[in-house]
Formats: sequence, C-alpha cells, structure tokens
Amino acid sequence: MNTATDGEIVQFDNVGLRYGADREVLSDISFTLYPGNFYFLTGASGAGKTSMLRLLYLAQRPSRGAIRMFGTDAITMPRERLPLLRRRLGVVFQDFRLVEHLSAFDNVALPLRVAGVAERELARPVADMLEWVGLTDRMHAVPAQLSGGEQQRVAIARAVIARPDMLVADEPTGNVDPDMAVKLLRLFEALNRLGTTVVVATHDVHLLKKVPDSLIMRLDKGRLSDPTGALRYPPRRPVAREA
Amino acid sequence: MDFHLPSALSGNRRSLTSSGDGALIAGARLSGPMPWVIAIMVALTVIAAAAGLSLANTARAAADELSGGVTIQIVEANPAERTRQADAVAQALRAVPGVIEAHAVSQAEVERLVEPWLGARGGGEDEAIPVPALVDARLRGAVTGEVLGGLRRTVRAVAPSARVDAQSSWLKPVFGAIDTLQWLALALVALLGLAMAAAVLLAVRNALGVNRDTIEIVHLLGGTDAQIARLFQRSIGVDAAGGGAVGLALGALVVLFLGRQFAGLGAGLVDSGALGLLDWTVLALIPVAGLVLAVLTARITVLRTLVRML
Repeated sequence: MNTATDGEIVQFDNVGLRYGADREVLSDISFTLYPGNFYFLTGASGAGKTSMLRLLYLAQRPSRGAIRMFGTDAITMPRERLPLLRRRLGVVFQDFRLVEHLSAFDNVALPLRVAGVAERELARPVADMLEWVGLTDRMHAVPAQLSGGEQQRVAIARAVIARPDMLVADEPTGNVDPDMAVKLLRLFEALNRLGTTVVVATHDVHLLKKVPDSLIMRLDKGRLSDPTGALRYPPRRPVAREA
Repeated sequence: MDFHLPSALSGNRRSLTSSGDGALIAGARLSGPMPWVIAIMVALTVIAAAAGLSLANTARAAADELSGGVTIQIVEANPAERTRQADAVAQALRAVPGVIEAHAVSQAEVERLVEPWLGARGGGEDEAIPVPALVDARLRGAVTGEVLGGLRRTVRAVAPSARVDAQSSWLKPVFGAIDTLQWLALALVALLGLAMAAAVLLAVRNALGVNRDTIEIVHLLGGTDAQIARLFQRSIGVDAAGGGAVGLALGALVVLFLGRQFAGLGAGLVDSGALGLLDWTVLALIPVAGLVLAVLTARITVLRTLVRML
C-alpha cells in the first residue's frame, strides 16, 4: 500500500440543468470532489438530488456549464469514450434498476461481464458479494421474486463489485432495516478507506451522523449550499491506494 | 455489529478496460416468429433463384445447340426438282470451309414435323400443299451475318429459290423472353432480400424498444454500443441460421418437385434447364447470404439507434 494525494475527481462549473422547456431543476452548481472523501448530498424531496446524481453518473448531459470527471471534460468527450469513464463508477439507483430477466447472481455479475471478466473469475466474487449482503440463498431469484430490501441489496452489491473509483448512491438505505442500513454504510466507509470516493444522496439526517468524517452538500430548490464549508475549503486527505 | 469487508472487494482492483458480452442480457430475444419469417423468405428466394438458374441453363443450352445451325428451305412445287435441289445444296455446302455437316432432311421427317399443323399426309406425288424441302447444316463457329451472306450465295447458285436462315434467329424472341424472366427472378431475389432486411429491422427496433431499460442499465454500467449490438447480432444470427436451414429445406423440396414435374414433359428445351452441382451450391449459399444480411441489418439498426442515446 502507498498513499497519494490526487487532484480533483469531479469538477462542476456553473452547471445548470433543465428538462425540455421547463425551468431549471439545477442552477449554477459549482463544486469539486476530491478522491477518497465521503460526501452526503442532502435536501428535501424535489430539491434536485437525483438530477444531480444523474449528471454525476453520466446518464445526463447538463443544459449549461462544464463538468470534468477524472481529469476529462465529460461534456465534450467523444461518446465512444464514455463507457471507460462509466466503468470507474459504481451506481446505486433509487429505483434499483435491476435487469428484470436476470437472476440476482447475473445482475451482480453484470459490471464484471461488461468489462470482459472471464466467467471462471467472476463466480467467486459474485457469490461472495451475495453472501455478504445476505442473499446467498436468493442468488437464482429474479428481481420480481425479491422484496424491495433484497433488490436494494442486490443493487448495492452490483454497484461495488468492481471496486469503483467513485460510488454514487441514491437513497441506498431507503428500503432496508436499520441494522442492514448501518452495515451498508460501513461497507461504503470501508470502500472509501480503500480509495473510493463515495457520494450518498439521502434525506435521512440521522444517516449523516453515522459517518463522522463525511462532508455535506445540501441542495435547496436546485441550488447548492455548503453547510460544512467542504466545497469552498475542501479537505485533502491522503488516499489509500494499492500498489 | 461484527463487520468484515467482502473478500470480493479486497485484493487488487481489476482492469475493466476490455469488453465482453458473455450473457449480459441473454434473455433479450427477438420476437418469436422471426425464424419462421426468415424461413419463408429464404424458401421463396431459393425458388426464385432456382428458376433464374434454370432459365439461364436453358438459354445457354439452346444457344450452344443453335449457334452453329443453319436451315435451308427449298420452295419448289415440283417434288422431284425439290429433292434434286436439296441434294445439290447439301453437296455444295459440304464443300464450304467451316461447314461440319450438311444433309437434306428426309421427306418423312419433314412430314412428321408439319403433321401437328397440316395433319397426316399420304406422301404421294400429288400433294395439295407442297412442303418445302429442308437442308440442315452445322457450322464450326457462330453464324454471323457475313457467314450467312456467303452461304446464301453458295446455296442460290444451285437453288435460286432457297431461303437460308440461321437457326438462332428463330429463337430470338424466346431468348428475349428467357432474358426477361431471368431479370424477373433476379429482381424477386433482390426484393425478397430487401423484405427480409425490413423484417429484421422492424424486429430489432421492437426488441430495442422492449429492452430499452436493460440497454440503458448496461450503458450506465460501462457497456459499449458494440457490445449491445453483438447481443442482437447473436440473437438474430441464431434465428437466421435456424430459419435459413428450414427455408433451404422447404425451397429445395419445392425445386426438386417442380424439376420432376418438368422432366416428365420430355421437352428438350425444358430438360436442358436442369440444375447442376454448381447451381445447387449457389442455392445452398442463399441461407448463408440471408444470415449475413440479417446480422448486418441488426448491427446497423442497433448502432444507429444507440447513437441517439447518451
């Protein structure tokens, strides 16, 4: 293991987003995320958290402004280069977005298969992830046969299985019991300690207290506030990286 | 709570820059009837192509047979003089360089040829309708206008009222009709190919619509357009291979059946249209061409649709 302080992982500069001809759902968003930090994105329902996360995980282009990710201009970069950027991200969608006709096992294996990991190499880590989220006995079930909480755990296993550089999670604990919520947060923290930048969107204020070193971004009616000063004066932490 | 990191997340991070598509969305099949649509298209294409190839064989055989043939009609009312002139023409032609063979067609053979139109004739000297004597000559090369002119001069020296015709000129309208039918068969093959491409395009678009969510998820997980296109290519490839095999079998059965029916007619021109080994090889390649067409159509359709997604 060695340590390094990297440059910014995400940079938003005066970003605005509107859908169609409606008013902007995000306005004048500017911030920088640094590697190895743990961020909470908070705000009331309708504040624009999901829209902001969609920009973060490259599902949406902004209406204006500039976004840089991993040192690359994410707005003007050629479309065919997006997949390599996306493979550095892990995403937990609010509505899970599991593939309906694939089993829990195949859903978790999807990021590895997309990246060309051989079948013989993925069986063990996928089974291990499913065991960790307590779904070993449900690995052959398709999403329709799983409860909301089980689907959420599959979605989280899928998001982290490839050890992403940045994990983006939209209300990841919304459908699980308190014990599992704590366990999942500790998983995110562990990943964070391994060098993954974590961004968790939540409206649960109790969750914020459970990660003491976290930085908070607050969205209010599409505008970003900076209650902890983390965005204006971002702490630069040594980031643990494996050789 | 006891916490341990999943072992899947410990150890070195994997390189995720290659691309695979093992079983990404294995369930994303095209619509059910697709193999049958392809089977019908391939069967019709095989039949149309077989017709075209058969017509080509017929035309080639007829052209080979008639290209060096010349017929001389000797129109003379006096039967004895007619026979004399016919023998003299045959003898004169045999002396011409390039003429392989020349012989007067016997009176019995001529009467057999005209019997369908004039009825049975007694063969006596007092015939009511005189029938011309015929001389059949065969040349080494094709009968060009220049060659025909030379032959006419030779023939008229011994039979002034004789008429000299290249046999190929009689079948010009037939060759014209065969040519048209060949083009028609080719057009049918092209149209069936287009129809198959259109059917694949619609099926792929439908499948893309049905699987839109899945495709978006695969995209967001880092899947490339090419990976997604390969899934559809594989799916349509399986359908096209199965449908093509069934279509070829159906088409071949129909062609064999029709071949037997026509062979029963015993007509020379029709018999010469029988399909050879090369023709059957061409027909066997139709499903392969169909498969390539279907896979290419699927790939282009998917890539052109995906480029509109982020």
